Amino acid sequence: MCHTFPALTSDRSSRICSLLYKHGSSMASNSSGSDSSDRQRIAQQRLSVIAGHLQRPVEGNSGILAAECKAQGDKLDVSSERRTVPRRRQEIMKWNGWGYSDSKFLYNKKGQAEFTGKRYRLSGMIIPGLREWMESTFGANLQHKTPAAPILNSSAVQPPTLNEAFLKELKSTGIPFSHDAEDRVFRSHGHCLHEIFALREGKIGRVPDLVVWPNCHNDVVKIVELACKHNVCLMPYGGGTSVSSALECPPEETRSIVSLDTSQMNRILWIDEKNLTAHVEAGIVGQDLERLLNESGYCTGHEPDSMEFSSLGGWVATRASGMKKNIYGNIEDLVVHIKMVTPQGVIEKSCQGPRMSTGPDVHHFIMGSEGTLGVVTEVTMKIRPMPEYQKYGSVVFPNFEMGVACLREVARQRCAPASIRLMDNEQFKFGHALKPQVSSIFTSFLDGLKKFYITKFKGFDPNRLCVATLLFEGDREKVLQHEKQVYDIAAKFGGLAAGEDNGQRGYMLTFVIAYLRDLGMDYYVIGESFETSVPWDRVLDICRNVKARIVRECKDKGVQFPPLSTCRVTQTYDAGACVYFYFAFNYRGLSDPVHVYEQVEHAAREEILANGGSLSHHHGVGKLRKEWMRETISSVGMGMLKSVKDYVDPNNIFGNRNLL
Amino acid sequence: RQGRALFNDSATASLKDEEEFTDILEERRRTTDLGYALRTFNPQPYKGAPTLSTSDLNKAVLESQYLCYIIKEIAMETGSSVEKVKEDASRILKEMSHNLQLGFIRLMGYTLNKVFKRLYRSIYVNMEGLNMLQQAIQESPVILIPNHRSYVDFLIISYILFTYDIPVPVIAAGIHVAIIGGLLRRSGAFYIRRAIGSDKLYWAVLLEYVQTIVRTGYAPLEFYVEGFRSRTLKSLVPKLGMMDMVLEPYFKGEVFDITLVPISISYDRVLEESLLALELLGVPRPKESITGLFKASGVLQEDYGCMHVNFGRPLSARQLCEGKINWSEYNLIPRNLPQRPTAETQDCVNWLAHLIVRTQEEGSLISPWSLMACLLLQTPFTTLTEEGLQWHQLTEKTLWLRKLVLDFGARLNWPDSEVMSSTVALHHSIVHHKEDRIYLVQDEDPARQDPLSPEEGVMRMAVVVLMLVSYRNQALHVFVRPGILATAIHITKNTRKDELFSFFCFLQDVFSNEFIFIPGSAVQDFEEACSLLQKCGAVHISQQEVTVLETGLEVLSFLQKLLQPFLDSYQLMFRYLCEKEDHVFTEEQFLPDVRNLATKLILSGDLRTFEVLSSDTQKNVLSALRRLEAVTKLRVSQQKEYKVNKAAVSRTGDILCKFICDIPVTIKFFLCVLRIIIYFTLLSLNILIIKCLYCG
Repeated sequence: MCHTFPALTSDRSSRICSLLYKHGSSMASNSSGSDSSDRQRIAQQRLSVIAGHLQRPVEGNSGILAAECKAQGDKLDVSSERRTVPRRRQEIMKWNGWGYSDSKFLYNKKGQAEFTGKRYRLSGMIIPGLREWMESTFGANLQHKTPAAPILNSSAVQPPTLNEAFLKELKSTGIPFSHDAEDRVFRSHGHCLHEIFALREGKIGRVPDLVVWPNCHNDVVKIVELACKHNVCLMPYGGGTSVSSALECPPEETRSIVSLDTSQMNRILWIDEKNLTAHVEAGIVGQDLERLLNESGYCTGHEPDSMEFSSLGGWVATRASGMKKNIYGNIEDLVVHIKMVTPQGVIEKSCQGPRMSTGPDVHHFIMGSEGTLGVVTEVTMKIRPMPEYQKYGSVVFPNFEMGVACLREVARQRCAPASIRLMDNEQFKFGHALKPQVSSIFTSFLDGLKKFYITKFKGFDPNRLCVATLLFEGDREKVLQHEKQVYDIAAKFGGLAAGEDNGQRGYMLTFVIAYLRDLGMDYYVIGESFETSVPWDRVLDICRNVKARIVRECKDKGVQFPPLSTCRVTQTYDAGACVYFYFAFNYRGLSDPVHVYEQVEHAAREEILANGGSLSHHHGVGKLRKEWMRETISSVGMGMLKSVKDYVDPNNIFGNRNLL
Repeated sequence: RQGRALFNDSATASLKDEEEFTDILEERRRTTDLGYALRTFNPQPYKGAPTLSTSDLNKAVLESQYLCYIIKEIAMETGSSVEKVKEDASRILKEMSHNLQLGFIRLMGYTLNKVFKRLYRSIYVNMEGLNMLQQAIQESPVILIPNHRSYVDFLIISYILFTYDIPVPVIAAGIHVAIIGGLLRRSGAFYIRRAIGSDKLYWAVLLEYVQTIVRTGYAPLEFYVEGFRSRTLKSLVPKLGMMDMVLEPYFKGEVFDITLVPISISYDRVLEESLLALELLGVPRPKESITGLFKASGVLQEDYGCMHVNFGRPLSARQLCEGKINWSEYNLIPRNLPQRPTAETQDCVNWLAHLIVRTQEEGSLISPWSLMACLLLQTPFTTLTEEGLQWHQLTEKTLWLRKLVLDFGARLNWPDSEVMSSTVALHHSIVHHKEDRIYLVQDEDPARQDPLSPEEGVMRMAVVVLMLVSYRNQALHVFVRPGILATAIHITKNTRKDELFSFFCFLQDVFSNEFIFIPGSAVQDFEEACSLLQKCGAVHISQQEVTVLETGLEVLSFLQKLLQPFLDSYQLMFRYLCEKEDHVFTEEQFLPDVRNLATKLILSGDLRTFEVLSSDTQKNVLSALRRLEAVTKLRVSQQKEYKVNKAAVSRTGDILCKFICDIPVTIKFFLCVLRIIIYFTLLSLNILIIKCLYCG
């Protein structure tokens, strides 16, 4: 928990409401004391400070900047040293795995799992249960390693196909660009299993021929104009966290492919405290947006699991959903205004009315367009004052059925906390395995006691029980009241409150799971997560059937060990829920594990659709799920989307071939 | 194609473990009945199942959203109060529900032990099948689908499962066994009314009851896909109602999979053999009940040989239905609301039900007596009644047929060389063996003073013949596909493969109420028929031609004669309908009229088959004609009235043309007939098509 590290909280302004960060400090109970007017005052002060003394940074290596950008940037800009994402991503991030180069799981010399680095709460800790869990769940063995290719072999990258005329005109604009092999490879993939697996084996397919880093909206306008003029294929790139093959370069594309990296368009242009909106450049990544707004006493509350790296533009382009959507809403609820550059020009609305009846909402052509229509450059989105109080919680249910019934009741009463998630038994065990080493005998004694109480005294079957994790946010009093209401409902379904710690660890799991996959891949274990949304009456069926289908398919495909096939209900809605599946298996003995993996995932998706689940809740379609689009939205629906594409981008400049 | 592959797979698999049959009575004879009944019974149930008591189950049914919805709907429609409809529903449920109790299972076990030990020499069960079943029961809800040939098999499955520590099933039963119903109810039977009609509430309760059992994996569910006990011992065309209900939870995704286990029960001698024949002939019979049956004198003293229970390989509904169901149809309607299955789904269920019956057929054991029955029925009746058939002739022929049956891949129950004489002895009610000759038993009624009228004589003969016929029927499925090809060859005299195929299809179409053909598998059936005939050396098959070989005449003639009674019977009934002046007739009138006509023709020697007297054949003809839309049912009333349908004349015209071309000799005949056709309706048309076939 955050207050475990009070010493590190001196910089209150850097708090990001995530349990992950050590420097993300005083969110929980210890912040509860400050009253709201006080906070307001601090926020005002901070804002004035920011406005007063923050200057446009001198970007030594980028050189020339477009004049308009500068003019705009002069007014309100925030120091870029504090930005997470540099142009050269390789400086801080892995080229063939998830996240920061300095953070990873490994087995140390004693054979204990350990998480390296300093960035996360788990960093530097020993996780004693992980090894045994991995061995017993997957039949993995520390002796059997599958190490990744250590460095990127630039000679394996195809030389770029450059459009000289385009390049020449691009140079004259002064917008930074690169055709360095590493830069290009970094923008050639998302984080689908097959993409990462290929990189680890040093296999590199079609990559973009050029990377450009526009600094502002006008830079994008110029790039798009040039691309149209010279018939160059543009692929917008935000945070690179796609899991739908959306960033894969279409192999059939013969034109020069230019990756348009928005990461340098990362300023908050203004904050409107009257209307509680912020106008933000679309390249900003979630953690920066949240941190910067926090400095002003605000937040967006939009926290997708990928928020460390994913960008605002990416959220808009894929219809993202955040963990705390129950309070703040999904991206479509948060967005007030969008500016997008298309081959036909710039699309934006003329005003910022909170709701309009002006025909179909053009924002909805943009949201979910997955980079096929243009580049989202600026977004006005709602902001909220930072919550006064945050509290985690968890409830143990005797079985998954009861848990789902409870979530349904919570949704019926519309009293869902900021986040409520229900993990199944396998995931509960997984979460348990990730418990860091406890230092005190007292804690372990307490854990033992808790376990005894739940399994022996209450008679919960340890192989059936499941846990819901909760996150409450808001005024202290309301949070406590809300908490009571939710726990009362849970009690009706046999739920037992299981403490804040369990809840918090549950959320931590979300952020480290992507790192864990890399560990798995070091030891013959591959896996992925995928999601769907489904009406309430089918939640149980879809969970059971998809999990069973995965197990059966793995068996049929010759997977030697039973796979990990687990799910959790991560979001509740009035009429349904979002369900997340994790699936991983030990691929020893398989000649083409990725193919097997893809077959199983394909079957699982078929099963989801057969059980009344949607093609995607928030990951998007990309190229991975394109084949099901027609049956999902009907032929007429496809025609409608196609005709929009044909009008907006008749020459397929935005040729990433996602969605349609 | 996939289904066929699976099916073949299961057939060969069952062949492989033929040796695995174990006599379960052997051990019972060594231990005490009481000890057996009180043994510990601790089966491994379905692992996903919550433990429900009978009353929990009933409560879940009554409180289900689906039933509540229907109850409200009915209350609204009829204007009565919801409470009242609810009461009705719970009354229906009370009448329907089982009340499975371990104590009564033990009692049943005790009783059946006594009865079976007396009736049967042995009861053979394939252990491999039982093991697979035991495994399957833990993994997904299991549906046991046995064939139904005798009252005895009603509880045999429960008896076996109890013996081997497997959860005992709940069994769907017709309401008519209500006399000892209470007892059966406690042994796991639940009751379904015979004629539900359009009673919406009843359907709803039944649906929810059955589906709750399946959904929760409460217990294995056992039902007869054929709907009834087969009076003819021939497989019946499956009924789809239960099948639909049982599979729907899978279609709706409420369970991951459903396991279907076809079970084939074969008898050396069926307990109610003579009752069945009488029933088929429409002779008034004692009230049909098990008690009545056992009261019948001497039933328990008789020897009924052996019984084989063959548990088929568990079939996964998921695997079988793959690609045949459009799931999205289930996605847009709340699942607790009633939903009519689409044509696609219905086709799939129909196909699956046929597949199950075919699997049952393949799994059943052919007894030597069935082979003998086939041969005896091809012997002139005068020989059988007067001179007698020479024993060595019969045995030689039977051995020849045995080889043929094995060539055709059937499973044969042929323990040793003595089996032929012992089986004849076993069936002393039908034949007797005297001075090396075989005679048909002719039941002399000593109480009767006056000589029998010729008609009565025919009926008397018919009883014995129909008994023989039913034993022949037990083996019919082995021969029917090659038999139809042999018939096609015989009638068309054609050698072109495509012509034969279209005629093969035509015959399949006409006889699909009589024999089980899996819908949509005509090509495979034809290929199977060709390859079997080729295998036994009857024909030579080339790319285009099917040539009859000299060596194959015996086989072909045997097969063709085997199916001849069916052709004759159908022809006769078509003729009867043609010659009728009226276009409208009732079923009540049809059955006795056909019987009278047939009796006359049998007496005059124009008709050689007694099977036309069987009400089963008669009903099949009506169903076939209705299916071919040659007759239509007029209205749903007490007396079933039928009318000829003129609308399909042009449709059948095509087939007619074809046969004119095929059989030029009969063109003249057909032209003359055509004139009459103008007056007659479609029915006549269809009949004449058939007729012309025989003329050819």
